[in-house]
Amino acid sequence: MTVTTTPLAAAAASPAARTLKLWRLEGFPLIPVLILLLIAFVAVFADFLAPYDPQIGSLARRFRPPAWEAGGSMAHLLGTDHVGRDVLSRLIFGARVSMVVGLTAVLVAGGIGTLLGILSGYLGGWVDQVIMRVTDAWLALPALTFAIFLAAIVGPSELNIIVILGGVYWTRYARVVRGEVLSLKQREFVRLAVVAGCSKWLIMRRHILPNVLNSAIVLATLMLGVVIVTEASLSFLGVGVPPPKPAWGLMMADGKKGLMVGYWWLTVFPGICIMLMVLSANLLGDWLRVKLDPQLRQL
Amino acid sequence: MTAVMEAKGLSKHFQARRGLFGGSRGVVRAVDEISFAIETGHTLGVVGESGCGKTTTAKLVLGLETPSGGSIQFEGRDLETLDTPGRRRYRKSVQAVFQDPYASLNPRMRISAIIAEPLVTNEKTVAPEVRHRVLELLDLVGLPERSADLFPHEFSGGQRQRIAIARALVLSPQVIVLDEPVSALDVSIRAQILNLLRSLQTRLGLSYLFIAHDLAAVAHMSHEIVVMYLGKIVESGEARALALSPKHPYTKALFAAALPSHPDERSDEPVLQGEVPSPLSPPSGCHFHPRCPHATARCAQEAPRLRPVEGRQVACHLFE
Repeated sequence: MTVTTTPLAAAAASPAARTLKLWRLEGFPLIPVLILLLIAFVAVFADFLAPYDPQIGSLARRFRPPAWEAGGSMAHLLGTDHVGRDVLSRLIFGARVSMVVGLTAVLVAGGIGTLLGILSGYLGGWVDQVIMRVTDAWLALPALTFAIFLAAIVGPSELNIIVILGGVYWTRYARVVRGEVLSLKQREFVRLAVVAGCSKWLIMRRHILPNVLNSAIVLATLMLGVVIVTEASLSFLGVGVPPPKPAWGLMMADGKKGLMVGYWWLTVFPGICIMLMVLSANLLGDWLRVKLDPQLRQL
Repeated sequence: MTAVMEAKGLSKHFQARRGLFGGSRGVVRAVDEISFAIETGHTLGVVGESGCGKTTTAKLVLGLETPSGGSIQFEGRDLETLDTPGRRRYRKSVQAVFQDPYASLNPRMRISAIIAEPLVTNEKTVAPEVRHRVLELLDLVGLPERSADLFPHEFSGGQRQRIAIARALVLSPQVIVLDEPVSALDVSIRAQILNLLRSLQTRLGLSYLFIAHDLAAVAHMSHEIVVMYLGKIVESGEARALALSPKHPYTKALFAAALPSHPDERSDEPVLQGEVPSPLSPPSGCHFHPRCPHATARCAQEAPRLRPVEGRQVACHLFE
């Protein structure tokens, strides 16, 4: 670490500038953030960026290799799949599916988990017992198997996947948030709120919730990767986003038959996309975790 | 003089689970039949080592714990018999300042919201009025007006304690429970906060229940002092008399242990040996006898009662 400014200059800088500087010094994960921003940008403007319709192909142009391979052309930069759909366009629209499913599922899981965690931690007693035993039971089930089971029951659709992922992954929030609430509950400002005459609900909303949000946000970033992988896995197994919608996991499943005959681009490109997104989310989450909440480090 | 608050035979017992499977149960008598009165406009100091029941007493007075026995009377009426509006009025009349100024302010709220919270929770008021009251209180505790829009982390310990005091004052209470209000502060800041509390008392006619283990602070602040040991009162009386000539061996030892104002002023009083016994199995008879330099056989068998000795109350067989 090098000191680029004299102490005097640092003191003269505005608080905002100082905060910025601090954040940069502590190993801000620039590349992962750029990758996530790129994926988000692509997801939002997919309609303008994709050169072809992702769901309609032409059988006359099946299995075209990427442009730089023999037989490839600039018309299909990353080649075409088994029904002649443009791989690049499908990847671009797939980003939208991953983003929408990933973010909303994390939001659903976070919402349920935070709410139950706060109730469990603050109210204590039998409420705590019930919620925590349910959480234990939930955690005992392997997440992916449980998700497949639920997906098989309610059938595949984007909305169902969001609800299922939210319903499977809330337990981690409940656990972390409950622990946090237990320590907050003993803090003097909560006891003073009781003395001031605040009701339980008001205390939970005004004093507990804002103070657990940091941890919840850190966890959300870490969960984003897990949720995206699970979504891809479900789609790969055929119980996720229904075809013809372009989801990355689904693209890999469709392409796996071609792998043995050399159509590698059908699986490798979506695989790279999933890897980059999950890795970026995790690196960002790791950094946020250290940055916002040192207590979460051992999780 | 009238007592604004009076406790009679107040007790708080906790069930303690012993052993891995919770087989045998013990009872911790955190507060054991204590009686005290807080006069209007006066300060009642409560002193004692850790675990003697000081904080439990504060919690009982604040309604954070319900007593296992005895009663608290506020303006002559028993708390138990109060109806809902009566309880609400009591809650508004009794506020608190706690020990740790770093834990007593919600880090996510602005100072104005922190100070105004008891007011907006208990009374219907309009925003400009609330704002006016907040600024008035900030001025009263000696903080600049612009503090209102800042967050707690922008203040030092002493400033935070001023904010906590302003919050306690917002409902114009009659009694403020001060649970070790200066123990967490630097020595240089302590005097400022104590003097602020004193001047507020004379200006607003407040009554304080002042809990501390710092004897100098208690002697400086209080009109009356209660000395507690393992949940019981061992000595109580007028502050100055009690500080200058303590009677009970425990009170003597406590004051002997306090640092003298000058290093050459070494006192010859014996310093207490040993630890406070476990409250789960307090010693028989007088709880203090295993550590007492004057203990006799009788002390191990018979618990002494509080008796008037030279204008104060002492619980010791030596003074009969």
